[in-house]
Amino acid sequence: MNNNLIQYIYGIADNSLILGQRLGELCGHGPSLETDIAMTNISLDLFGQVRSYFQYAAKLQGEDVTEDSIAFLRKEREYKNVLLVEQPNKDFAYQITRQFLFDIYHLLLLSELQNSKDETLAAIAKKSIKEVSYHTRFSSDWMKRLGDGTEESHNKVQTAINDLWEFTDELFHTTDADKVMISEGIGVDVSLLKELFYKKVNEILEEATLQTPDIKYFQKGGKQGIHSEHMGYLLAQMQYMQLAYPNMNW
Amino acid sequence: MTETTQNIDPKLFEILEKVSDPEIPVLSIMEMGVVRSAKILDDIVEIEITPTYSGCPAMDVIEEDIIKAFKDKGYKAKVELILSPAWTTDWITPKGRKALEKYGIASPLSESADKEALLGNKKVVKCPQCGSFNTKLVSQFGSTACKAFFQCEDCLEPFDYFKCLK
Repeated sequence: MNNNLIQYIYGIADNSLILGQRLGELCGHGPSLETDIAMTNISLDLFGQVRSYFQYAAKLQGEDVTEDSIAFLRKEREYKNVLLVEQPNKDFAYQITRQFLFDIYHLLLLSELQNSKDETLAAIAKKSIKEVSYHTRFSSDWMKRLGDGTEESHNKVQTAINDLWEFTDELFHTTDADKVMISEGIGVDVSLLKELFYKKVNEILEEATLQTPDIKYFQKGGKQGIHSEHMGYLLAQMQYMQLAYPNMNW
Repeated sequence: MTETTQNIDPKLFEILEKVSDPEIPVLSIMEMGVVRSAKILDDIVEIEITPTYSGCPAMDVIEEDIIKAFKDKGYKAKVELILSPAWTTDWITPKGRKALEKYGIASPLSESADKEALLGNKKVVKCPQCGSFNTKLVSQFGSTACKAFFQCEDCLEPFDYFKCLK
């Protein structure tokens, strides 16, 4: 059993799982019918991608491990998602900004992961990248509409980008599992994506008439399983059914 | 499509053609282009299908429906989900596109057409009700993972557009 590969898969898939859960919370609560449907559709795409990753991780582990046990039965410290994706929904400007920052990163990651020596990961990346391109178009479009919209929408989205900026640097940290997987030609060296990420983000911010935050300190910890205070509440809701009714099925 | 058809045992074709997408009942899975191969090995029918969208809940139903369709004809079937090569809307057959339109869903054009529609630059999506190109995008995401939502500005009917996936 290749523990580094399993940890590597969690590192990628947990981001989509936790963001998917956050977006799922918006079901019936979006600011308009169209955006409500959009956010939950993105959630559905992300969960679909997560299923492919977790089915693979479960196969690697064998025994009693299933995609559901990986998704629902781990402890908080065992989730390796970045802090950005667990941040609460707050308002629509936050939701779009969080989505936009993650989408730009996700697209860069998947375009590299397509070349992975691991055939399954490469196939998942090739499949997912088509969906994520669509997400990126949606969130980039909304950044511009909000930024270049009314005074109120501009201020709200500027506040969101200022608040969420401190979570961007962590996206490019490499973990121990990452390092082993990079050396084997399986993993993506995310530290190399950093420059392109900020370039692309800045281009859109400029078009959206938004200021790039001048922040030099960044939060980290999610990739090591050290999460923000929001994560416990998220997991409590996400894991409730499996904990209350163990092994329940649809 | 020719490549796909070659990997499908002609004897099985007819049975597979009867299985449809539960969310778009007028479209068979053959017309949708999700069946990658079908062959009989040691009395077991082995079928490979590819998902349209990763999270599409219809895929699980399609898998069950295929097994049931073969069981009704006395076959034991095994379905495997393959991700590569990834499905594209180009694999929907011309017959499938016609069926979609008749059902009231505008069929996928190209990625650039999607973008034009999004930005409202060009009128490219045809209303499946009245045939007018004077249509506008209402929402990039629609009633299922594979659709966007449009409205015709001539007959005023809202309609679904099958998103282009390449």
